[in-house]
Amino acid sequence: MRLANSLWTEWKIALRFLLDNRMQTLLITFGIAVGSAVIVFITALITGLQANVVERTLGTQAHIRILPPDEVNRILPSDDDSWSLVLESPRAQRLRSIINWQDIRDVLDQDAQILAVSPVISGPAIARRGVARASVALLGIDPPRYQRIIPLANDLIAGRFVVGAGNAVIGKELARDLGLGIGDKLRLDAGEGREAVVDVAGIFELGVRELDARYVYLDLKQAQTLLDLPGGITVIDTTVAEIFEADRIARRLARLTGLRAESWMETNGQLLNALSSQSMTTEMIRVFVGISVAFGIASVLAVSVVQRTREIGILRAMGSPRGQILRVFLLQGGLLGLLGSACGGGVGWGLVQVFNLFGPRLFEIPVDPTLVPLAMLVATITGVLAAAMPARRAARYDPAVAIRYV
Amino acid sequence: MSEPMIKHNSAEVLRLDQVRKAFNVGTPLETEVLHGIDLSLYRGELAALIGPSGSGKSTLLNLIGLLDAPSSGELYLLGQATRDSDDETRTHLRNQAIGFVFQFHHLISAFSVLENVLMPLMIRHGKPSPADIELARGLLDEVGLGAFADKKPTQISGGQQQRVAIARALVTRPPLLLADEPTGNLDTRTAQSVFELFHRINAQFGCAVLVVTHDPRLAADCARTIQLVDGHIVSDEANPSSR
Repeated sequence: MRLANSLWTEWKIALRFLLDNRMQTLLITFGIAVGSAVIVFITALITGLQANVVERTLGTQAHIRILPPDEVNRILPSDDDSWSLVLESPRAQRLRSIINWQDIRDVLDQDAQILAVSPVISGPAIARRGVARASVALLGIDPPRYQRIIPLANDLIAGRFVVGAGNAVIGKELARDLGLGIGDKLRLDAGEGREAVVDVAGIFELGVRELDARYVYLDLKQAQTLLDLPGGITVIDTTVAEIFEADRIARRLARLTGLRAESWMETNGQLLNALSSQSMTTEMIRVFVGISVAFGIASVLAVSVVQRTREIGILRAMGSPRGQILRVFLLQGGLLGLLGSACGGGVGWGLVQVFNLFGPRLFEIPVDPTLVPLAMLVATITGVLAAAMPARRAARYDPAVAIRYV
Repeated sequence: MSEPMIKHNSAEVLRLDQVRKAFNVGTPLETEVLHGIDLSLYRGELAALIGPSGSGKSTLLNLIGLLDAPSSGELYLLGQATRDSDDETRTHLRNQAIGFVFQFHHLISAFSVLENVLMPLMIRHGKPSPADIELARGLLDEVGLGAFADKKPTQISGGQQQRVAIARALVTRPPLLLADEPTGNLDTRTAQSVFELFHRINAQFGCAVLVVTHDPRLAADCARTIQLVDGHIVSDEANPSSR
């Protein structure tokens, strides 16, 4: 109660000092506002951009792919007291099924960190229509499960998402290359005389040229027959809730299943590298803008302390304790930070909205509702810290000297 | 924080016992400004402190006002020894026991006249109570500025500002009022009226008033004149001609 009541005086003096120096207050508030607007805008922009890039990347691939281990040569160990020279040629990796994949699928279904599990069989084939040929990747899928990994139905531009019973769904580029439309026949040749003719039931566009030109979706059974892996699958696709935990989860799954587990982070190393450099750049911009804002506040208050030397002296003479003077200037720093960042946060938020409405419209920047309040909190704390030095100086004034300061 | 005991009924408000003040102690520039001052001030006294420039008047006033500490000797304020007290205690004593009036008014420009008068109370206990405000308004009426309560200090004349400063010094009902050349910056007529005010409040509030002044006519008007020359009190006598 006593503290709250005595703080009343500090608030009153701090506010009056700020209002009394209207021009100074206005200018520094403007400076802080510009700084906070830059921080808010750039944070929202980069966060939005990164989320967008990650979302686009992960929109067309599984977070973790579980694959059968590579086939390797086993080399017999030599006797203890002898040396052997080995000339080894690496094994050709034939298409192999994951053994006991149904069990693994069921185990993964129970895993709390994994959102969706989809067994897939994939292998190479040649697609033919008349004399036109294209090399394709056959993907045999279980549609309901696969949809939860890649919501392909959303990317359909023609026809329906139906596989099985002689139906296939193909990419837009492949359809163009082979001149295919809905209902047209497509001959698939997986080699060694295994051929099938399927109807094109749907055409999708994932937006990745490579995938749109090569993917041919079938049901599991037909793909297994074509690829000569009856009852087998070659990969288990999964998605996880925490995408940036994918690496860790993949390592765990590898230990759990004894299979190979590849996370998206591993296969998109360059992208992640770019993202983290970007984050670092943003962080540097934020820190340096923050520092210059802090110096701005500190210098304005330092000037104010000198200007108010006599008034500080008279306050001390009237019995104002050092702590009270200290708090008056700390409060001013905090108030400047709060006021400036409130304006700047609003402007930054507005800039994001302008960008979303009138910008290049490549992607939407969502603004985290905590961003502006957080920026304000940080700016307020920065203001208080920046005020520390001038405030200490004010509190240390010798009243007898300060009163006679001209 | 416990409040220091203040004996308001003590007749002796202030006592200086062999007070010396030296500056730059321990350096080749060491100079003693006050050489063993003995001085007492009693309730209801109105004393003028006169002396030429450089005689140590301001230094003495700083010591009495607890803005500075003696190098040796002891200074008793309301019976309490103060030489070795810490900054916190001195600050508290200043707020409780002393009212200051300075040459250059020293009102705080960011606050209204009324708020300036209330400032010592706001420093003491935060938001002023209705009783505080009533007291401050009463004091403003007393110094003839009741109508200017909501004006800013910059909107009133120098003489008026000095009256506000006096009202501010009185708002805590201090037993000791110190004035450092309160009329030094005012024209003769205004100075006279401000001095009248000191007489009136001295009579009315019964506080001890010590006024530093250059003006021999104003000093002669006080009941007691203390003359300081080169850091010594050379005369300290009652004025038969005073009121």
